[in-house]
Amino acid sequence: MNPTIVRLSAQALFGRRRGLMMLVIPVVLLALTLVVRLLTEPGTAYTEIVGELGRDLALPLVALLAATAVLGPEIDDGSIVYLLAKPVNRWSVALSKYAVALGATLGFGALPVLLAGLVNDAGNPGTAVAMLAGAVLAAFTYSGLFLALCAFTRHAVVAGLLFVFLWEGTLGNLLSGVRWLSVSAWARDLAAAFSDRIDAAASVGTPYAVVAALVVVVGGVAFAGWRLSTFSLTGET
Amino acid sequence: MSTLTFDKVSRWYGNVVAVNDVSMEIGPGVTGLLGPNGAGKSTLIALMAGFLSPSAGTVHLDGAPVWRNAGIFRQIGLVPEREVAFGYLTGRQFVQANAELHGLPDPGAACEAALATVEMSDAAARRIGTYSKGMRQRVKLASALVHDPGVLLLDEPFNGVDPRQRMHLMSLLTRFGSEGRTVLFSSHILEEVEQVARHVEVVVSGRHAASGDFGAIRRLMTDRPNRYVVQTSDDRALAAALIADPSVIGVVLAPRGGLEIEVGDFGSFAVSLPRIARGLGVRLIEVSPTDESLESVFSYLVSS
Repeated sequence: MNPTIVRLSAQALFGRRRGLMMLVIPVVLLALTLVVRLLTEPGTAYTEIVGELGRDLALPLVALLAATAVLGPEIDDGSIVYLLAKPVNRWSVALSKYAVALGATLGFGALPVLLAGLVNDAGNPGTAVAMLAGAVLAAFTYSGLFLALCAFTRHAVVAGLLFVFLWEGTLGNLLSGVRWLSVSAWARDLAAAFSDRIDAAASVGTPYAVVAALVVVVGGVAFAGWRLSTFSLTGET
Repeated sequence: MSTLTFDKVSRWYGNVVAVNDVSMEIGPGVTGLLGPNGAGKSTLIALMAGFLSPSAGTVHLDGAPVWRNAGIFRQIGLVPEREVAFGYLTGRQFVQANAELHGLPDPGAACEAALATVEMSDAAARRIGTYSKGMRQRVKLASALVHDPGVLLLDEPFNGVDPRQRMHLMSLLTRFGSEGRTVLFSSHILEEVEQVARHVEVVVSGRHAASGDFGAIRRLMTDRPNRYVVQTSDDRALAAALIADPSVIGVVLAPRGGLEIEVGDFGSFAVSLPRIARGLGVRLIEVSPTDESLESVFSYLVSS
């Protein structure tokens, strides 16, 4: 990992408007959780708010914003050439950018899941911690997946949204087989392994969830590094 | 002392050939890469910096291949044409980050030295987003210089830069060349290249059109046949006199008035025309070249 790339990526993430948008998502989640808690009994709509809204929707959106902010603009406008015109290992660049995206996703995506769980049902902190475990796995995995998407296509935001809403959301609810290739399903499985109060529904098994997440993380960072190592500078012909 | 070597390099995108069978050597001193827009200059610089793979042929820096060889950046300083997009950083932060990425033992000192070289020390605390075009070019140059490279590649460094800052950049390039660095810069403006480079490589439509001393290429360019349209107070009288002048190849009376003159020796013609017109008492209303565009100059070079 390269500390200079980490610093520049963090500045790219928080020095732009996109960084502020990333803050809005957890704030809305926690505000909504608080409103529901104030109007209803503790534990009401726990799965819907903490699981479906926090872990399955807010977290991947934060991960998408973070990954696209640390790598997307630099590839799109070609300014990454200023970082790559250096004797720096390309995989180290990818890993550094992954670390920043992951840090932001853990802070603004996974941590709010824990907080939402505690706000919704303060009497069951164990369930909130289990939710956090699943959210951490999701943060690691989404960050790797979306980083690879940024390195692959200029339309990473659209592709990422399609993955979250169409693949995991719509198709994931219609076709049970989607769970084998669904980050949110893996996160749900891991959370269920830590708490009996969380229903894993159709499980893929915790070992599969962890190994699959690991494959996505390693593969995503490796792919991004490979894309950077073959980055072509194109201008006028 | 470093040398970049192109050996029969071609680069194509699908059916479009951007660079066609180019062989050349870029050695120490300042070399101008001259060609009209779209000629392939940026593609050649990307190939030199290892940011583009040749479709055919090889590019080497002192014998080492440049493609997918990040190690060459210890020797190369690159100033790309595209803008620095790190507008949220100050000039100093940007140059310092470049020094750190090179793994220099004292990145702070290297950063300050590079900023001083391009005379940007005073403005280094400001954000890049607030810089003028010329200042951005200079901070880009500082970032490329920070590791004291033996090779400097600059893509259209004078584009959009005001005259004073252009002169400053030019004097810097001249200095780097005289220090023994291999400096290559691209431009589509003849006068820019003339002021800095003694050696030029001319590319037109992806082809290596000419190479060598600037003076010889400049003479080739100015001695080519030129066409002019001249509006006068007495076309026939001037036409009769001009056809007798050795600098003129042909004269045509234009149907709508005026003369179309083909000139073989521009230098002599520029002296003869006013002298002959004055001698005849003919008034010159308008003298304009018809094919003075750089593209036509380059096309002539390719065909000659």
